[in-house]
Amino acid sequence: MLLITCPHCGPRPELEFRYGGEAHVARPADPSALDDREWSEFLFVRNNPKGVFAERWNHAHGCQRWFNALRDTHTDAFVTTYPAGTARPDMAAEDVR
Amino acid sequence: MLEIRNQATRTAPFPLATETVKGTAIAPLPPRARLSLRLRPAEAARIGSVAGLPLDRPIGTFAAHDERRALRLGPDEWLVSGPADETDELGARIAGDLAGIVHALVDVSHRNCGLAVSGAQAEAALNAGCPLDLSLAAFPVGAATRTLLGKAEILLVRVDAACFEVECWRSFAEYVRTFLVEAARGT
Ligand SMILES: [Zn+2]
Repeated sequence: MLLITCPHCGPRPELEFRYGGEAHVARPADPSALDDREWSEFLFVRNNPKGVFAERWNHAHGCQRWFNALRDTHTDAFVTTYPAGTARPDMAAEDVR
Repeated sequence: MLEIRNQATRTAPFPLATETVKGTAIAPLPPRARLSLRLRPAEAARIGSVAGLPLDRPIGTFAAHDERRALRLGPDEWLVSGPADETDELGARIAGDLAGIVHALVDVSHRNCGLAVSGAQAEAALNAGCPLDLSLAAFPVGAATRTLLGKAEILLVRVDAACFEVECWRSFAEYVRTFLVEAARGT
């Protein structure tokens, strides 16, 4: 089973986690200034890279906290995990192990 | 508190008899007082303890004092428990210790129920549905965490090398109990 390292609980089985989509999506400061196209892009359009992707994860059946992870979408390897609200670490897929 | 509490009889969600299968005893535990406490970690560090229970233990462990326990479930979440007849006293004491500090304290005594799983094969029986490494090195005596057992979310506490306590929501109780009985058959 894939182990995911929760920043609070350490390495735990993947069954305890839920996926939360792309991380670092900033809500527009003034939504009323956006047109429909810009607003729908904020709501629905996400990156879908082949490679390292910054994602939100929730340790739903553990500490229940949200955190962020860098995961390689090609190999499913987690590069690192880091607390919610902190900046994306400067790491690449080669940094695993 | 609601007046009805003094009139209503509390019934167990499962048979109260201990079931022993291949040396693994699955024993329903009596009701307990349970309080869910949410508090900012910085405030917890400043206060140090509530109701005589330290708050600074690592996430995934529990602190005990007499019959009382504080399970540290997350950075800002504890489950404080004690004897069933001390619910109001325990709540009042914690609220008193935290007077003037932003916190949430919720009585969840009736939400959870407990089972003790003990015996040399207790670990194996739990691992039939729990994905955690339950070896003593990875999950030592004093460990306490939220996790899964089959389809149900549980709290798992290691009180002794060969004795665990499992808590689940009341509606999952019979599922969890029968799951463990079946799992013990397979050990
Ligand atoms: Zn966690």
